[in-house]
Amino acid sequence: MARITLDHIRHAYGANPVSESDYALREVDHEWNDGGAYALLGPSGCGKTTLLNIISGLLQPSHGRILFDGRDVTELSTQARNIAQVFQFPVVYDTMTVYDNLAFPLRNRHVPEAEVDRRVREMLEIIDLSGMAKRKAQRLTADQKQKISLGRGLVRNDVNAILFDEPLTVIDPHMKWVLRSQLKRLHKQFGFTMVYVTHDQTEALTFADKVVVMYEGQIVQIGTPAELFEKPRHTFVGYFIGSPGMNVMPARISGNRVSIGSESIELDNAPRIGGDERIELGIRPEFIRFAREGLKVKINRIEDIGRRKIVRAEFEGRPIAIVASEDVEIPAEPRIVFDPARINVYADSWRVGEEA
Amino acid sequence: MEKTWNNKAWFLVLPVLLLVAFSAVIPLMTVVNYSVQDTFGNNQFFWAGTDWFDDILHSDRFWQALQRNLLFSFIILALEIPLGIFIALNMPRKGIGVSVCLVLMALPLLIPWNVVGTIWQVFGRVDIGLLGRTLAILGVDYNYVRDPIDAWITVIVMDVWHWTSLVVLLCYAGLVSIPDAYYQAAKIDGASRFSVFRYIQLPKMKRVLLIAVLLRFMDSFMIYTEPFVVTGGGPGNSTTFLSIDLVKMAVGQFDLGPAAAMSIVYFLIILLLSWVFYTVMTSRDAEN
Repeated sequence: MARITLDHIRHAYGANPVSESDYALREVDHEWNDGGAYALLGPSGCGKTTLLNIISGLLQPSHGRILFDGRDVTELSTQARNIAQVFQFPVVYDTMTVYDNLAFPLRNRHVPEAEVDRRVREMLEIIDLSGMAKRKAQRLTADQKQKISLGRGLVRNDVNAILFDEPLTVIDPHMKWVLRSQLKRLHKQFGFTMVYVTHDQTEALTFADKVVVMYEGQIVQIGTPAELFEKPRHTFVGYFIGSPGMNVMPARISGNRVSIGSESIELDNAPRIGGDERIELGIRPEFIRFAREGLKVKINRIEDIGRRKIVRAEFEGRPIAIVASEDVEIPAEPRIVFDPARINVYADSWRVGEEA
Repeated sequence: MEKTWNNKAWFLVLPVLLLVAFSAVIPLMTVVNYSVQDTFGNNQFFWAGTDWFDDILHSDRFWQALQRNLLFSFIILALEIPLGIFIALNMPRKGIGVSVCLVLMALPLLIPWNVVGTIWQVFGRVDIGLLGRTLAILGVDYNYVRDPIDAWITVIVMDVWHWTSLVVLLCYAGLVSIPDAYYQAAKIDGASRFSVFRYIQLPKMKRVLLIAVLLRFMDSFMIYTEPFVVTGGGPGNSTTFLSIDLVKMAVGQFDLGPAAAMSIVYFLIILLLSWVFYTVMTSRDAEN
C-alpha cells in the first residue's frame, strides 16, 4: 500500500514535442492517498491510460517524477515497483490452467507453494471460478478470462497499488455489478490504493471515493461524486458528468447580474472576473424548474424516461435541457427559473468561485 | 427438408475441375499406368501387375535413399526451426530495421533453386570457391566432392541458408500478432524472459510453427535441385536422395516401370508422413 505522488508529470509519445498539443499528458501534479479508491474518468484519448502506464512503469514519463510513499520510483522497472494492473482486454496464459494462471504472479515472486495454494483458492472463490480450476484457460469465455485477469491482479495482496484499465468493458452488465461490489469489498478488506480507469461515469461515481476527471491530457478536477455534480470546476466536467450534462451558455456579467442574450438573472453574489475572459453560465438540468414567471423557452421535445422527464427546449436560440419530475405539468407558455445557488459561472471554461 | 439440386452449379466448378485434372489427376494416372506395365520401344506395353512395386520395396537402393532422406529432413527440421524462432525473436518490431530485416530475410527465398545450388557449388570449391579456398588455407580438410560428410555438411548448410528465412518470416508473423497487453501483463506478473517465451510467444506461434514444420518437412523430403547441382548425388551415392535416385532411374536408365512405381511409393510416403505430423501436432488442441 502506498501513497502515490505524481510530481509534475508530462508525457509525449513523439520524440521532440514542440507545442502543448504534442503532449498526451500535459502536466499532472497530484498526490493520491494511501488506500484511496480513485477513478480516472474521461473520454477516449484524454491520457487516462497513459497516466496509468506511467504509474505502473510500463511507460517512462518525458518529464517529472513518481514517488511511492516519498520514494522516487521513476527509474524502477514495473517488476520492481510491485504494482498490479488489469487491462481492458483479458490477458490469460492460454496453455495454463485457470489455477496456474492465478498462481503465476505469485510463483514468479517465489511465494511458498502452500501460500500460493491458499491465496489462489481464496481468489477462485472470489471470482467464482472454483469449479474450473483445472480447466485450460484458452477455452473460457471473454468474461471468465477477464475474471482471471482481475484475479491475477488481486491475488497479490502486498502490492503498492492496483491499477485497473477499464477492466469491465467486456463483462456483461449483471456480472459487472457483482464484480464491482466485490472489488469494493476487497478494497475495504485489504486497503490497497486503487486506481480505476473508466469512461463510464456511473462506474466511476459508484466505485470511487474520489473521481479524477481528465480532459485533453490534464486533470481538470479531483473530487467526490457530489462535488463533481454540484461544482464542476471546468465546463467539461459539467458536460461529462450527469445525464444529460450541464447546460452551458455564453453570458455577460455586470456586478451580480448575468445576462444571456436578451434575458438577465440576478446572482446571489457578484463573481470576481477579470477583463476579457470568455464568460459562460452553467446550470444543471436538475436545477431548472418551470414557473409562472421567469425566462421564456420554446419546447422542442419531451423525453419520458420513467420517473423523470427530460425536456429539450430552446432558450435564447440555444438548446437547453431541463429535468422535471414525472408529475410536473408542462405549461403551454413555459417559463423557467434557475436555482440561483446552483448557478456556476465559468471564465475561459474554468469555474469562478464566488469568494475568489 | 427437401434439398434443392441446382445442377448449373457444376458449370462453375468445371474450370477448376478441368485445371486440376490436367495438372494433377491425368499426369498422376499416367504414372499409375506406367507403374503396372512393362514398356518396350514402339510403344509396346505388357501387363506387369505389382512386380515393379515388389522390386522397389525389396531394393536396398530404395531403402538407403529413403533413410538418407529421413535423416536429411530430421537434421533440417532440428536446425531450421529453432534457428528460425531464435532469429524471429530477435528481429526488430518497429522502425526502419523491420523492412531491412524483412528484405534480407526474403532474399534467399527469391533465388531459383538451381542458382542456389550453383552458388554453393562454386562457393565450396577447394580450388576457386571463397569458402573452400579459405578453409583450405586455414588447414581444414574440406572437400565436398571427395568426402561424404563434407558433402552432407555442404548440402545441409545450403538448405539452412536457403530456407531458414521461411521459418523466420512465419514465426515473425506470429510474433507481431501478439497484442502489447500480453507483454505488459507479463511484466506486471513479474515473468522472466523465458516465461514470456514459454507461455506467451510459443503458444501464439504454435499455428504458424505447425505450417513451418509441415512445409519444411515436405520440401526437404522432396529436395532435388540443390544437391543435384552441388554434388550430383555423390560422392558415391552418399547424397543420393529419393528424388535424385528417381530421376536417375527414369531419365538416366529409362526404367519407366520401376520409376513410376517408385514415384507412387514416394508420393504415398510424403502424404502419410505429412498426415502423421499434422495429426500429432494438432491433437494436443483436441485434448482439451
